[in-house]
Parts: sequence; structure tokens; C-alpha cells
Amino acid sequence: MSDDELIWRIAGGSGDGIDSTSQNFAKALMRSGLNVFTHRHYPSRIRGGHTYVEIRAAAREVQSRGDGYNFLLALGDSFARNPQEEAYYGNEEIKPLSENLDELREGGIIVYDEGLVDDEDIEEVDLEERAEENDWHVFPMDLRGLAKEHGREVMRNTAGVGVTAALLDMDLEHIEDLMEDAMGGDILEANLEILHEAYDTVNEEYDFEHELRAPTGEHDAEQALLSGSNAIAYGAIDAGCRFIAGYPMTPWTDVFTILSQNFPDMGGISEQVEDEIAAAALAVGASHAGVKAMSGSSGGGFALMSEPLGLAEMTETPVVLIESMRAGPSTGMPTKPEQADLEHVLYTSQGDSQRVVFAPGNIEEAYEQTRLAFDIAWDYQIPTIVIYDQKLSGENQNVDVEFFDRDVSPDLGSTLTEEELKEAAHDASGKFKRFDYNEATDGVVSRSIPGQKGGRYLATGNEHSPVGHISEDPDNRVFQMERRLEKLEKIREELDEERDSTQTYFGDEDAEYGIITWGSSQGAVEEAIGRLNEQGHSVKGISVSDMMPFAETEVTEFLESVDEAMVVEMNATAQFRGLIQKELGRFGDKMTSLLKFNGNPFEPAEIVEGYEVNLADEDREPTAQVRIEPVAGD
Amino acid sequence: MSAFNAIGEEREIDRDEFTPGVEPQPTWCPGCGDFGVLKSLKQALPEVGKTPEEVLTVTGIGCSGKLNSYLDTYGFHTIHGRSLPVARAAKLANPELEVIAAGGDGDGYGIGGNHWIHTARENHDMTYIVFNNEIFGLTKGQTSPTSPKGHKSKTQPSGSAKTPLRPLSTSLDAGASYIARTAAVNPNQAKEIIKEAIEHDGFAHVDFLTQCPTWNKDARQYVPYIDVQESDDYDFDITDRREAAEMMHETEDVLNEGTVLTGRYYVDEDRPSYTQEKEAVGEMPDEPLAERYFDDDAEWERSYDLLERHT
Repeated sequence: MSDDELIWRIAGGSGDGIDSTSQNFAKALMRSGLNVFTHRHYPSRIRGGHTYVEIRAAAREVQSRGDGYNFLLALGDSFARNPQEEAYYGNEEIKPLSENLDELREGGIIVYDEGLVDDEDIEEVDLEERAEENDWHVFPMDLRGLAKEHGREVMRNTAGVGVTAALLDMDLEHIEDLMEDAMGGDILEANLEILHEAYDTVNEEYDFEHELRAPTGEHDAEQALLSGSNAIAYGAIDAGCRFIAGYPMTPWTDVFTILSQNFPDMGGISEQVEDEIAAAALAVGASHAGVKAMSGSSGGGFALMSEPLGLAEMTETPVVLIESMRAGPSTGMPTKPEQADLEHVLYTSQGDSQRVVFAPGNIEEAYEQTRLAFDIAWDYQIPTIVIYDQKLSGENQNVDVEFFDRDVSPDLGSTLTEEELKEAAHDASGKFKRFDYNEATDGVVSRSIPGQKGGRYLATGNEHSPVGHISEDPDNRVFQMERRLEKLEKIREELDEERDSTQTYFGDEDAEYGIITWGSSQGAVEEAIGRLNEQGHSVKGISVSDMMPFAETEVTEFLESVDEAMVVEMNATAQFRGLIQKELGRFGDKMTSLLKFNGNPFEPAEIVEGYEVNLADEDREPTAQVRIEPVAGD
Repeated sequence: MSAFNAIGEEREIDRDEFTPGVEPQPTWCPGCGDFGVLKSLKQALPEVGKTPEEVLTVTGIGCSGKLNSYLDTYGFHTIHGRSLPVARAAKLANPELEVIAAGGDGDGYGIGGNHWIHTARENHDMTYIVFNNEIFGLTKGQTSPTSPKGHKSKTQPSGSAKTPLRPLSTSLDAGASYIARTAAVNPNQAKEIIKEAIEHDGFAHVDFLTQCPTWNKDARQYVPYIDVQESDDYDFDITDRREAAEMMHETEDVLNEGTVLTGRYYVDEDRPSYTQEKEAVGEMPDEPLAERYFDDDAEWERSYDLLERHT
């Protein structure tokens, strides 16, 4: 909770432009040389209702939303008062201010829109009293009035940014540049006027007593501000994916939308279809016909994909599915993150079902592991799943542009060309022996694509003979099953030996205490470990991405090297810890769980607190909304 | 007509080219109507000039789903009710493929009903053959969506309380641009209709009446059929939506009374196929997407260029 960082929270109603305003402001901070991390909090409601975006900016690396924040821009909710339905909606205009005070740090700044809230509402939240207690610096400004005077009411966001820049002593250059990129003509003129007047008003009318200023920094390379959804979509594009089918569902929709908007220009095909069964089946059909294809959904929609997933496994059709988790069960909390679909993704579909599952923990991993998912799927003819969540989907982080390599890999892996097919094994009738277990390498038999000469075969979801005919022959069954099962072993070997580890490590190798996590909780864990070690503790961490085939060696080594470990994940039933125990068959007496499932992601302080409570062996729960689950058998 | 054998040599093709070697022998029951569909396809395909490599048959689950086990084209035997989404993606990925989807009345009108309606609505250029025997066969004789009201089965022992689905009318409402009904007991008509369906640019739905001698002994398919094109009693404009709708309604009404009407019901040659519709809005690649992966000269656009909007 150092003071060398700015955590700016902009709050308002859904539909008030909070998202776009914050996106631009985050970019301006990034362009000024800072590292940024954004966190989005929104209700399952189109317009109105309390929403906020936080931007954390510092010269050093920022890997999570941090703890609390130090600058509140409360814009007021313009949709709060519905003239027709006043009784129903009530008056919530004060909410962007009143709902956000608890986490504001001492010495923080509050700017609120006088133009949208009444004095009596302000009195009700005891703002004056609380400001005094916490040494907050409060700046009531008529942002709405200012916006209306020069343009339109909705431009009060711009006024808010102008006020922010003045109070933080920021240069307006980057903000102006971004506005010029985004708009033109009268609208740009009006916005610039509003920006400057807000900026000047603050400088002319206020003496600042607060200490908070925008930090300064400098990047080594050009930066891009990306969300996890952007990273996954771009990873797919660079992997050569040119077909996507989907059905909208929060938060998966982001990936679907990004690809739908870009595919027409790059010769790809996007299909919005009737349901998720169809979506995944389309991806299977397109892949069968020779295109790198994907689909995806969130928990409830992914449930429907169970059938086509199994079909892809049995017919050995490569396909990539994306699962963006939100809080469940059932419809759960549509706009809140959770890491509770792990078991769903690992085990759904009937039979001895095999698939590959990667769980990226940050923006860069989201890009890399999506590419990896395509490579593995097409090399091994197996479905792969990238599982992430609403948190990683919506948060933005800056990434060095140099991180992205510039090659597209349109390679279809173990697929034969017509020339190669001439040399391949055929049976007496002339059919290509597509599933010939005698011809397998690492469990894989090369495949053909419909339309190719000499490649005719039948793909079937039933057990099948070497040419693809339905077969219940017991010997054939065993040969085919063993061949398919061999793939996961070989994939594990390849991941361990030939590819860079997709697990991420933190802290000192010799540390005595370990924290294990997966997926989007990674950033908060990384930061917590940093803090604990600064305080003199001896803690290290591993963030695991390879869920199936499981990163057995690496997790075993990690657990063997520590006295005790805490598994951090966002669910109520310790699903990942269960996976570790299932896969490794031991360490049950070494692992405690720190769980959070209230719809909000971990903050680093909660993990620090969980560590302290667990290590002190006290008979108390941590004070935050997290839960300690003791070691197995306790 | 010529095709390529296993090692890419060219040779003349006939219906035998579409017949697999020694195995597998059809596992359909003696007297099953499914043989009729297989036969008419084997006859139709060489006549429309298709080689086995150019054809992808996609089937669902059930007796009908085994069609492509006995038909030697590229084949994808999928899962219950899901043949159409798999088929239409294959067509989008490679529009040069001749895609034929097939399934039963349970598979296609029941569990896959949603996909059928949407595939018809989008008018994908493919042929869809539904083996309609008014019964679930392979699961041993349960009531299907086209079983008549009052039909008794193990799962509806007191007789079905449900009105049967009307596949022709439903398909027309959903947007299919070619709709016909034929029957296994009428092989000549069946072959001609399947040829037309394959050649039609758009979603061609053929409701193919197939008798199930094992589970549906009362099936009306045994009753002599009447060809609506051949009979003087039925005069309607096959390209007129309203007239076709009326004719379909009549056909579906009288089927319940024991009169089997077959033939072509609706042909709309003007409606663009889905691929054409997508081309018109700029969302369809100029060349088959599938071929680009084998083209070393293909230029692939990179996500790197997209990063600019994020800097």
C-alpha cells in the first residue's frame, strides 16, 4: 500500500461512459510512462446501477487491482432517477459517492459531481465527518453544469478527467491526443473546451493540500493496453484461427465480439448461432473440413458443449474451446468472477474423456497459452480448452509491444497434403486408414481433409476401426483407447521437455512457505508474496497453468520444497486443491486453502492476512470475506 | 464421370464407387426403408457428377445415422441431433464440398429440431434427408415427433397425447428453399428428388418416408402413395409460397387419415444461399477458407497490426 502509486476509481451508472472514459485515461497514464492495471466492477444491468472502474498506475510493475484506492471521481448515476418509475428505482444518484467510501485510503481525494446530487443526500452520508476522520480531500464540482454549458451533459466525464489531471498535476497532452484520435469536429472542440475549463478552474480556485500526485515512470519499449479477452482473441488470430462460432454469454462475449469484428477483414468466418451445442459443433465441423476453428462460452453455455467436446475427442478433431468463468451455480452472478468451473471443464463429457486444459494467469499468458492451445490441438488432434474468468477477461494491463512475435502459424499440424496422402496407408477398398493404430506416433495418426484425393474415411463418434467404421471389436477397442490415452502423456512430455514452462514462479527458491494458485488470482498472489517477503517472511509461490495434463513434476517439486502451503483460489469447494491431491496422491497434510467466493477477486492484503492467520495457527477467521479451509483430515 | 482412387489415379466412376469394400455390411433390419435412401443416393451422386472425394455426408444418431458407413464418401457420423451444425460449418469452411446431411425423425425433428429450424432459416446450401419412419428405431420403438396421435409405445403406453409435428410446413416457415417428400417404396421418384435436392443452391429438405418393419408395423408408408406432380387432382404452383403451404398442409392432414402424398412441394431458385448472403455483407472469404491452409503463397494477416489501436 505504498504511496508511489495512483489508484483512481471512476464511479457512475452503467451506460454513463465510465468504461470508455477509464480506458482512455488508463492509456494516457500508460503513455506517460507508467504501468497500469484496470479493474472493472459492474452490475448485471444495461443502464443505471452502480458501476466503477479502477486504474492502478505506478512506475513499478502492477499485477493486481491493489488494496483500496486513493482517488475517487464520483460522477453520479444519470439513469438513477427514472421519471416513470421513480418508486421502483428510487433515488440512487448519490450511490457512486456513497457506495465507494469504505475502501478509500487515508489522505485520499474525492471529486464528486455537485450537479447530480442534492445537498441533503450528501448530509446523509456524513461526508464531512468522515473526511475529517480520514484526512480526505473533498472537491465538489459542478461537472454536469460545466459539460452542459459547452456541449452536452454526457461530457461531464471529460470534465471529471480534467479535474483529475489538475489535482494530480498531470500534463493534458496525452489526454488531448487520445481525444483527437477518438473524435473530431464539434464534439472534439466541445470536449477540449470542457477539459481545459475543468483543468483551469481547479488550478485557479483551489489550493491543494493533498500529497497525492501522478507518479512518473518511463518504459523501455512501446506499450499496448490489452484485456485478457483481447489477448485471447489475438492469440487465436496469430495461431491461424479463422473460424469462430458462438452464442453470447457474459463474459465470454468479449472474445467472440473481438473476433467477429476482425475476421471479415482477415478472411475469417464468424457465426453467431442458435445455441452453444451448435456453436461447438460448428467449430468441430469447420475443423473437420480443414480450418483452425474455435468456440467458447461461460459456465452455463459450456455445459451445453459437453457433447460436441466428446465428439471432438472421439473423432480426433482438433478444436479450441474458451471457457470464461463467472460465479455459479446455474446463472449465478453473471458479471462477477469465480474460479469454480475447473472440475466442470476437466471432467465434463462421458467416457474416459481426454482433453487439454490451460489456465492462463495474466494477459501475456492468455495470449501465449491460446497459441499453445491451437498448436497442441492440431498436432495431437485433441480438443483443448483455455479456462479463464470474468476478472482476467475484463481487466486491462500494459504489455510491451515487443512481447508479440510477428508470425502467424497457419500450420494444420498432423494433417496430410494430397501428395503425402499418396504415400499413406490405405485398406483394400481404397479407404485411407485414418485411425490406423499401427501407424501412430505419440498416439497420433495423421489425418486427411474432406475434398482431398485419396483421403476418404469416416469420422464417427462411435468406437471405430482403422478406416473409421463403427466397431465393437474388443481388441480394436483396447488398441484405439490406449492410443488416444497416450496423447496426454506425450503432451505432458512435450510441455516439460520442449516447451517453456507455462507455470509461473514467485519469491525466493529457498523459501519455507509456499502459496499455490491458478488463473487470474495470480497477480494478487504475486503481490502478496512480495509484501510478505518485504516484511521478513520466507514465502514463495507457483501459479499453475497446466490443468490437464497436470503439471505433475513442477507442482510435486514445489510442494516437496516447502514446509507448508496455502492454495489460493476463488471458489468455495477448493477445486484446485482437490485436483492437486487427486493428481499427486499426497500432500493432503501440507495444504491449507484460502478461498474467496463473494463475487470479488482477491486483494493482496487478503492473502497476506490469510497467511498470517494460517501460520499463527489461531482459531480465528480472517477478517476479509475469505475462508480458510484446513489441511485434509483436520 | 471420373474419380481418384487411393493413390490418386483417375478412373471412371459409377454407383459402385460409392459402395465400400467388403465391410461393413448394413446392420439395418430386413425390409428396412433405409436401404431405399442408400440406393437412391448411390444412384443420384454419379448422375449429378460428384466424385466420392467431393462429397461429405454428415449424419446423426440412430439407424439413419449409419448411412455414411455404407456410402463411400467422406463421412462424419456425429451425435444425436447434431448433424446440421457440423454440416453447415463444413460447408462454410469449404463451399466446394457437396454437403449432404442425414438423420431420422427423432434425431432431426426431435433432439435436433432447433438446428433444423435455424439451418433452414439461414438457407445453407446443402441437402438434408430425414428418414421419417414415425418411430424411434435403434432405441427400440418409442414414440417420435412424427408418430401419430394416439400411437402406443413402451414410453407412451396409453397412446401419445401429442399432435405429430408437420415437417414440411415447419420447414417452409423456417425458410427452406427446396422441400419435397418421397418414399423408400418409390425408388424412381426418390432418386430424381435427391438429384434435384443436391443440385439446388440452398437448403433442400427431403422428408423421406421409410418403413420400419420391426417397430412400426402400422406405418402408413405401406399405403400406396400418390405423386402430387403426376396426379391431376393436385394443381399448384411449386414456386408460390402460399400455394405450396396449402398443399403441404393438405398432405400433412391426409397423412393422418392414411393417404400418402409425395413429390416436390416448394422450390425457390431465387433465394440466395447463406454463403451468398454472407458474401453480400462482406463476411465470407473470396476463396474457400480450408484451401488457404494448403496454399504456401497465402497471405495471413497478423494480430500485431491490431495492437496499434491499443498503444
